[in-house]
Amino acid sequence: MLSRTADHLFWMSRYTERAENTARMLDVHVQTGLLPQSVEDAEKGWRAILGISELQQAFDKKYSVLTQKDVIDFMVRDPSNPSSIASCLKQARENARAVRGALTTEAWEIQNATWIKMQGYLQTDALEQNPSEFFEWVKHRSHLSRGVTIGTMLKDEAFHFIRLGTFLERADNTARIIDVKFHGAKEGAAYKKNGQQQVQSKEQQHAEERKDAIAEPQVDFYYWAAILRSVSGFEIYRKVYRDVITPARVADLLILRPDMPRSLLACMEQVVGNLKHVRNDISSDTERFAGKLHADLKFSNLDEILDAGLHDYLTRFFERVFELGNRISRDFLVPLNT
Amino acid sequence: MANFFDEMYSDGNSSVRPHYDEFSTWLAAQSAETIARKRAEADLIFRRVGITFAVYGNDAGTERLIPFDIIPRIIHAQEWATLEAGLVQRVKALNMFIHDIYHDQNIVKAGVIPAEQIFRNAQYRPEMQGISVASDIYAHIAGVDIVRAGQGEFYVLEDNLRVPSGVSYMLEDRKMMMRLFPELFLRHKIAPVAHYPDMLLDNLRSVAPIGVTDPTVVVMTPGMYNSAYFEHAFLAQQMGVELVEGQDLFVNDNAVYMRTTRGPKRVDVIYRRIDDDYLDPLAFRPDSSLGVPGLLSVYRAGNVTLANAIGTGVADDKSIYPFVPDMIQFYLSEKPILNNVPTFQCRKKEDLQYTLDNLKDLVVKEVHGAGGYGMLVGPASTKQEIEDFRQRVIAKPDGYIAQPTLALSACPTYVESGIAPRHIDLRPFVLSGKTVSMVRGGLTRVALKEGSLVVNSSQGGGTKDTWILEK
Repeated sequence: MLSRTADHLFWMSRYTERAENTARMLDVHVQTGLLPQSVEDAEKGWRAILGISELQQAFDKKYSVLTQKDVIDFMVRDPSNPSSIASCLKQARENARAVRGALTTEAWEIQNATWIKMQGYLQTDALEQNPSEFFEWVKHRSHLSRGVTIGTMLKDEAFHFIRLGTFLERADNTARIIDVKFHGAKEGAAYKKNGQQQVQSKEQQHAEERKDAIAEPQVDFYYWAAILRSVSGFEIYRKVYRDVITPARVADLLILRPDMPRSLLACMEQVVGNLKHVRNDISSDTERFAGKLHADLKFSNLDEILDAGLHDYLTRFFERVFELGNRISRDFLVPLNT
Repeated sequence: MANFFDEMYSDGNSSVRPHYDEFSTWLAAQSAETIARKRAEADLIFRRVGITFAVYGNDAGTERLIPFDIIPRIIHAQEWATLEAGLVQRVKALNMFIHDIYHDQNIVKAGVIPAEQIFRNAQYRPEMQGISVASDIYAHIAGVDIVRAGQGEFYVLEDNLRVPSGVSYMLEDRKMMMRLFPELFLRHKIAPVAHYPDMLLDNLRSVAPIGVTDPTVVVMTPGMYNSAYFEHAFLAQQMGVELVEGQDLFVNDNAVYMRTTRGPKRVDVIYRRIDDDYLDPLAFRPDSSLGVPGLLSVYRAGNVTLANAIGTGVADDKSIYPFVPDMIQFYLSEKPILNNVPTFQCRKKEDLQYTLDNLKDLVVKEVHGAGGYGMLVGPASTKQEIEDFRQRVIAKPDGYIAQPTLALSACPTYVESGIAPRHIDLRPFVLSGKTVSMVRGGLTRVALKEGSLVVNSSQGGGTKDTWILEK
């Protein structure tokens, strides 16, 4: 298929997935915001959301103080924020429109109808009235988009590029969700202990992370329940572990479980599989790169990861996913003349 | 009594024409609420499906729906048979004409058309002189605008031989009617049109370069901000071929390739929806990035087919239009089946004088104008507008033609005040390849403003489903 077409399909699904993950993340924060918490904790939570999405600077440029309302506004409807849900859904639709002929009618109509409906949504105060309902809607539209792709499209290159985009984006997003939450938990714990932030060496940091990850958890139950809910993992956790929620098991579930649909391992399995279907004469290096990333996850265990430092591990993971995205672009989406 | 032909009623609205009987009975039984609901439903569906056209202007990417009217325009089988025969004849002659002027120029030598009319025409492409194209076909897809006037005679208003648009609306309007009013299709025998993309693909494959047995066909678009982008994407999808932009193609070793995820792939037939001027920056406009550098040389070498061919504009120009009946005589030795509208050519002294003396009764058009722009509708214009136009015609007589104001036929149409007659035209799409063929149908465009004769979508016109009844 045309490289440009593949590029549009790849980004269509990435933007859809990104909108969904942003909605998930925001929703969890809105929900935890309903629990008793200090003003500082609440603000820290919202800062973490901006940090995870690398939007702290852009936000601070626009607003002098941070309020929940402004963060949501910025992350949901702000057209100047290219990662806002509105921007993502618009770009998903623009990408789909550019290649509507490569999609089934149903797949195109979902993208188009989502965009139309979103404009209506954002013209009302429905978002302010009930943000969770809006986030549910975004998730629902993303499910529809994925479902109609699987349910109606020929399993050809177009399909595999769409799937590649979905899982590459999801791998990145899940890793960010884990990172911000563990980071937030650790910092929160540090505050509680000392009343002020500590300057720590890397080794101390890792030790802290590790301690937090394996600590007995009741105090932070709501915290970890929230992260699980943000990736539809709460019920799954219960089913898999039949035990109290501990940070270490949450990390295990979201990083290493192959049967957990949003885990890093599951995402990378899909990336590798779809990549194999679109392989071309110059893509073997990229396949090897993806395969290594996959194998690292497949043959890791949690202890190793915690020993190395979870945050560092995840940072390294984002970097590799980013690199993989660039390689896919180079090999398939914008090739040179010959 | 109305001073125009009404498609549905005869004798000034008192009686329904027989082929509208069934529909009229049905319509009378519909409540206003039902109709209002169906119309709203149609709007919603068109919006969701994204059947829109992009509007040029300050806000890039604005998309608008073309108003769709739910009252069909119905044509009797016998009338259609005549129309079809006339269209086939006309398009055959036009293709022979284009071939002739780019080769032997017999029609000029015979003195049927003055040489300067052709060779000084801005649409004449010297690059095409002596070039052979597959099957000698130039206008593979022609959209011929037909109006009905007087007591109901058909006239050809314009031949569109470059990149005629609208066939997707013909198909989508039909789909919409079938979805909204399935019962109507049980009560009538209406010729189907949905196989058009199939015929188009077959036609495009049939004109592949010599020696290519399994040609790769693509549709080429200027991009998603083009007003007809929906149609480009729609046709590519319906034919199952790639929709390409100039940037997706490149020329190598005298062949055209597209950039795919698995490397370069050879392209044999390009259904291009992009004007000559933008096709190849090395040959035409150097500032254009829409085209493919080197495309013309591959084309001239016969290694790729362009549909339509380069240089067809010389035949659909308004200054050539008056000669089409003569072409039919000249090439086919047949009497023209379809009428031309009587046309005054302002480059001729006596025609110019007549035009200037009668501006208030005439329609005056720019020879190269399109889309309903650059024209004067005398009876609907103010004294000032007429005087302004007079100066333009005097300054450049060969840039204008004039025609009597035709009382275009009207068809009942839903407007704000209820059902009222509105003027319409018809654009059937004629395919030429190894044979000349068409689906029985076309796009009916309707001028939604009361009394207006301008049906172009860029000027607020709407569309209707067109039914050819099978008898």
